[in-house]
Amino acid sequence: MTSSLRFLWPWLALAMLFAGAPQIHTSGSALTMMSVMGEMIIFALSFNMLLGQTGLLSFGHAVYFGLGGFVAIHAMNAFIRAKVGVPVVVIPLVGGAAGLGFGFLFGLISTKRAGLVFSMISLGLGELVSSSSFILRSFFGGEEGITTNRTKLAPFFGHKFGSQIEVYYLVAVWCFFCIAAMYALTRTPFGRMCNAVRENGERVEYVGYSAQTIRFIAFSFSAFFAGIAGGLTAVNFEIMNAQQLGAQQSGVVLLMSYIGGIGYFAGPILGAIVITFLQITLSDVTNAWQLYFGLLFIGFVLFAPGGLAGWLMLHRDAALNRELWRLAPAYGMVAPALAASFAGAVMLIELAERQLALARSEGSAMRLFGFEVDAASMGPWLIGLVLFCSGVGLTWLIWPKVTGAWGVVNVRLRARSQAWASPSR
Amino acid sequence: MGVALALVDLYKSFALTQIIRGVSLEIAAGERHAIIGPNGAGKSTLFHLISGRLAPTSGEVRLNCERIDGLPPYEIYRRGLSRSFQITNIFPRMSVYENLRCATLWSLGHKYAFWTPLDRLRDVRERTDWLMERIGLTARRDVQAAVLTYAEQRALEIGVTIGGGASVVMLDEPTAGMNAGESQQAVALIRQVTEGKTLVIVEHDMDVVFNLADRISVLVYGRIIATDTPARIRENDEVREAYLGQASGA
Amino acid sequence: MLQIVVFSTLNGVLYGMLLFMLASGLTLVFSMMGVLNFAHASFYMLGAYLGFEISRHLGFWSGFIIAPLCVGGIGALVERFGLRQLHRLGHVSELLFTFGLAFVIEEVVQMIWGKLPVDYNVPPSLDFVAFRLFDTTYPAYRMFMLLTAVTMFAVLLIVLTRTRIGLIIQAALTHPDMVAMLGHNVPRLFMVVFGAGSALAGLAGVIAGPALVTQPSMAALLGPILFVVIVVGGLGSLTGAFVASLIIGLVQTFAVALNISFSELFGPIAPPLFGDLWQVTIAQVAPVIPYLLLVTVLIFRPTGLIGKRET
Repeated sequence: MTSSLRFLWPWLALAMLFAGAPQIHTSGSALTMMSVMGEMIIFALSFNMLLGQTGLLSFGHAVYFGLGGFVAIHAMNAFIRAKVGVPVVVIPLVGGAAGLGFGFLFGLISTKRAGLVFSMISLGLGELVSSSSFILRSFFGGEEGITTNRTKLAPFFGHKFGSQIEVYYLVAVWCFFCIAAMYALTRTPFGRMCNAVRENGERVEYVGYSAQTIRFIAFSFSAFFAGIAGGLTAVNFEIMNAQQLGAQQSGVVLLMSYIGGIGYFAGPILGAIVITFLQITLSDVTNAWQLYFGLLFIGFVLFAPGGLAGWLMLHRDAALNRELWRLAPAYGMVAPALAASFAGAVMLIELAERQLALARSEGSAMRLFGFEVDAASMGPWLIGLVLFCSGVGLTWLIWPKVTGAWGVVNVRLRARSQAWASPSR
Repeated sequence: MGVALALVDLYKSFALTQIIRGVSLEIAAGERHAIIGPNGAGKSTLFHLISGRLAPTSGEVRLNCERIDGLPPYEIYRRGLSRSFQITNIFPRMSVYENLRCATLWSLGHKYAFWTPLDRLRDVRERTDWLMERIGLTARRDVQAAVLTYAEQRALEIGVTIGGGASVVMLDEPTAGMNAGESQQAVALIRQVTEGKTLVIVEHDMDVVFNLADRISVLVYGRIIATDTPARIRENDEVREAYLGQASGA
Repeated sequence: MLQIVVFSTLNGVLYGMLLFMLASGLTLVFSMMGVLNFAHASFYMLGAYLGFEISRHLGFWSGFIIAPLCVGGIGALVERFGLRQLHRLGHVSELLFTFGLAFVIEEVVQMIWGKLPVDYNVPPSLDFVAFRLFDTTYPAYRMFMLLTAVTMFAVLLIVLTRTRIGLIIQAALTHPDMVAMLGHNVPRLFMVVFGAGSALAGLAGVIAGPALVTQPSMAALLGPILFVVIVVGGLGSLTGAFVASLIIGLVQTFAVALNISFSELFGPIAPPLFGDLWQVTIAQVAPVIPYLLLVTVLIFRPTGLIGKRET
């Protein structure tokens, strides 16, 4: 009984989190943000089926998200016009079916090859669909996109899904089931062989599996779930626009998954939540938010390729063995240095941004961390420069302390695991 | 019993360079057959031709009287022929257990099943445990393959090769890079796990070859110059000149 | 009609040459380092913008010389401090790094020069008519572009085949480890090649800027077509890239010139389905053609036209 409880508790916790979140954050904008997070979680997890699990890097994954959404929105309009009694709760499945269909179609071409060629094909297909959106105006709606009204569909046990909280729960339920389904897939023979393809696509063929077939099935599944995410987005915003299947959206899902951590199942979930939050809040605070995203991404690629999940899991063994406290002094010293470099960099970027806007005559007064600052004067620049340089310099000087602390922790962990291991025969 | 593997007049050229020049060979079911030859003779190419990595320029490869030349590796595997690699070719970040499990899945009929949880498949678990025991790596069950010792990795390589229960097992220099003690252990392992199967082995270590093989073929410049029992190969003048060197006494 | 053919051929060849200027640098870097530089088109854009900025203060010709050198320098720095750290993490990390870099470069360009196209003009010294054919003029600037491209290839060919460093580069293209064993500083060689490839892209940008529009979306518009070129040509093959560049350059230019709708083309046999599809002109479909070509080639010849390299 305890083993099934141990298996179930994360899922129960997740369900409670989904159910309880709107009680904590009750504002309309918070509900919208959480709904978007739910959609992005499904989208990012579907992307990671390809990258993290099968080793396929796609630059055009938004195609299945977008096409799923467009088919869903056309379906909604068709159902409304024909007065067919299909409730809105089923619409994401329509999106999923569309995603699956296109996944089959494009998958036949895409999955012939792996590696770099696969990535380039995905890019080309993405551009193909994206460019086609200007030609096929009646399906994609041109610049205005396609709109709908979800409240006009048949009610579901009395709910017309007019309010954001009803939409949130719709998204939450679908999100929960998609997470469960995608997780379950990883525990099947198919899921394991996807990992095998990622590890060594050649050897897989010598244990009886066609790597191409595995790639194709993984691709189709991932397109299916991406389509569900697209369908939910169509329901949530009641509008679909060709931008949502373009290169930028494909880039965003890559960013989310990578920053979350592609090596762990829950990584993209983390990434989707964090990036959605940043996307929505940062764009209000600064004009240079896209630059920050790019720099954040590069930073992770260079310094934290395991993503957030990777970083957390790095500390898991130490935490379980109560060795985490040994890292505290080093972390404590390096944190202010990192914060200084970060603050300095932000200052410089914001000042530069304002100064350049000034060159295009938009005024040099601005707010920085809550202070009124004049971007044309030397003061703020000097402060920013000093903060950044001193921050980086100090980090570089203090870093050996961090690696030293980790060295100690690792030695102790290894000693402990050797003590636990059975003596060799 | 019957011919397990037959090579009929095999040729392979890369552009204008002929690597395999007319190889014909019949290996009986249950036989242990070694292929030896100097470097560059084409032994690896021959293996690739049989296992499906390369398609012959002309000629046939027959497995249990069925033609397999030109088929992709997984089709050949499904018909009962499995090979190992000279440079260890396993799944580096998976554990020993997971590596072996991958090798068992197809032959147990699970194929691309995405509807059954692995943990519930008892036949998979039992077979993987049995495999692990046979190659002697049960104590290293959860260790990542990349951090195993070299000899352990070679053992794992053999384990992955025989995991599917293939009737014809091909081993490409299984004891490469091992010291004498490790080689002896490897030979014992090979002998054990290929009991009742057909074994084709490429080797440079003459002790291993003469210890293990029922018959030996000598491949020189893409042609087989002799196929015979170990004793008679040792006496063969042509072979001694081409490969063993005249100085090697019995 | 003949007029359209002649001018479209000229323009198509020019566009193809431009694509090859970019594709050659990309292919060299890929063949040697295994890195597909997503930011290659961004270096092209940087070349155009730097050329613009320098020409504003020092004239076009100074920009023509200095801008590619600047871009080459930036490329060398990117290799030294970015890519070099990532070699050990594998090709996916390198690709993702250049992907992020492309994004950052676009944002920085937007920040500095704004979102609208800038006024990068043809210099007065080249602003005349080259020749006149059937009452349409052909600008001299385009002939200059063609001349620059051809000169660049000639120089590249000479450097690669007749100089010592060219020989080392050719060797390192296929056997970087062996070249290192022979005592050559391979990391420095990589930096040089990457820098040179970026400089070439920058040069392409400097000369293309005045002819095409210099705007922040330049890189995003040309980038995917560039990747189509090298995949269709066959990854790692310079000849393939050349052939593919010309094909795509010519096909796209001709498509844009042919402003006939599909319904005019197919006339009475056009079925009534897909309503608006038939009203679409070939010119409107032009942006999609390279990708259709990509898909078609990959279905029938997965290794590309002259593909030899398996990744």
